[in-house]
Amino acid sequence: MRIVEKNQLMTATEIDRTIQRLAHEIVEKSGGTANLALIGIRRRGVPLSQRIAQSMRRIDGVDVPVGTLDITLYRDDLSKVAAQPVLQSSDIPFTVDDKDLVVVDDVLYTGRTIRAAMNGLFDLGRPKRVRLCVLIDRGHRELPVEATFVGRNVQTSDSEIVEVRLNEIDQDERVMLVERVD
Amino acid sequence: MPFRFGHMLGIEALSAEEILFLLDQSKPFQEIQKHPLKKLATLRGKTVALAFFEPSTRTRISFATAASRLGADQMNLQAESSSLKKGESLLDTVRTLDAMKPDCIVIRHSSSGAPDFVARNLDLPVINAGDGTHEHPTQALLDALTIRDHCGTLNGLNVTILGDILHSRVARSNIHLLSKFGCRITLCGPAMWVPREMECLAPGAVIRRATRMEEALEGADVVITLRVQQERMHEPSLAVEEYILQYQLTPKRLQLAKPNALVLHPGPMIRGLEIDPAVADGPQSCVLEQVTNGLAVRMAILFLMIGADSYSERDSSHAAD
Repeated sequence: MRIVEKNQLMTATEIDRTIQRLAHEIVEKSGGTANLALIGIRRRGVPLSQRIAQSMRRIDGVDVPVGTLDITLYRDDLSKVAAQPVLQSSDIPFTVDDKDLVVVDDVLYTGRTIRAAMNGLFDLGRPKRVRLCVLIDRGHRELPVEATFVGRNVQTSDSEIVEVRLNEIDQDERVMLVERVD
Repeated sequence: MPFRFGHMLGIEALSAEEILFLLDQSKPFQEIQKHPLKKLATLRGKTVALAFFEPSTRTRISFATAASRLGADQMNLQAESSSLKKGESLLDTVRTLDAMKPDCIVIRHSSSGAPDFVARNLDLPVINAGDGTHEHPTQALLDALTIRDHCGTLNGLNVTILGDILHSRVARSNIHLLSKFGCRITLCGPAMWVPREMECLAPGAVIRRATRMEEALEGADVVITLRVQQERMHEPSLAVEEYILQYQLTPKRLQLAKPNALVLHPGPMIRGLEIDPAVADGPQSCVLEQVTNGLAVRMAILFLMIGADSYSERDSSHAAD
């Protein structure tokens, strides 16, 4: 079984432009940013959330707090994920009570990651609202989860994988469609 | 690079990297103790068998709470009220538990090597919660976590262990652990409790014995005080007053150690015996923090050992990200 690259979905420039647009969109559709906060899901949701916050600061002059969430402990598929799941800490340096949260992740697929993220967030307190922002929505939902803010919608098949590469983690910047081939 | 642990029998066989990995994996569980809601569903549907053949408050409740907070169920064996009293053997007892299909077994036993024996005879992950005078791995790990949180590192620290070293599994596990990080270990207590053989316990370790507290405490970064097991004061006899005079950790003696030296104690403490209450309750005492860290360490170990049930070689890079 090998991984084969099929095509590039987004270049570095396109990723940047999309992030700027998402930042604007979130500010526009939040009716006030006083209680707004971003939560990046480990791993790639983290740099995405940080870049969105940076963009909000630069262009809209708004300072939005950013937290990071590790969802490993809340997954429903631990035994299938990896031979040995490795934990990282969550770091949310503010209370989630009454906050208008936007959860940020790179790819929305089955929706199970987001379900786990909500479990994690609700263990911390009671947010006023939780919305989802993703760079790519690739369809194939298995749970009733939707993203309010979407970078790009991509049609995919089950054997395909959407790979997001970000400088902070991969020392490379692009989005690719790859396929598992037997 | 994650490690896999089939069993957790002792510190001796672990590498420094594996130990650091365990401490790092304990961090998220330290965080969870601060949440308003501390209960997870991570190990829902899993069962942890707690087989305590020796009395325990701390370790037992810690493992039980760790299992509960992860959402696991427990099987509880309490030796005092079990069929062990009717003459049932250790092997039959654990086989009985095993027949009810737990996912792992946590054992505390008065015989050194009992957890290893069980591991060889059952096909079940075994966690050593203290065996005879041999090892108490989770205690050493929680001590290490506490030390690292304060000192920033485990490398090259001066650690003094006080008390009945000879009969202490906590001392042995700590010596194994700390010597893997190049710590300079000083053992101090009445001569009959600090035999020369202890200096050879861990190969390559830097261990020395000291008969006087003043000599032992000088320059220490960490002081680990062990409980005086009063049952043992008769072999050979040592008057309690004599022990207190010569070996109690007092504020004055503690001053010989480095200014912010940590004071650790595995518990239970006998206030006024091995430790002066002023030290036990003083700013350098980490006793309660050790207990909280113990919970985090045990949650991490349960999570790592029974969280994932198959060891498939599936590429997880993005598939479930």
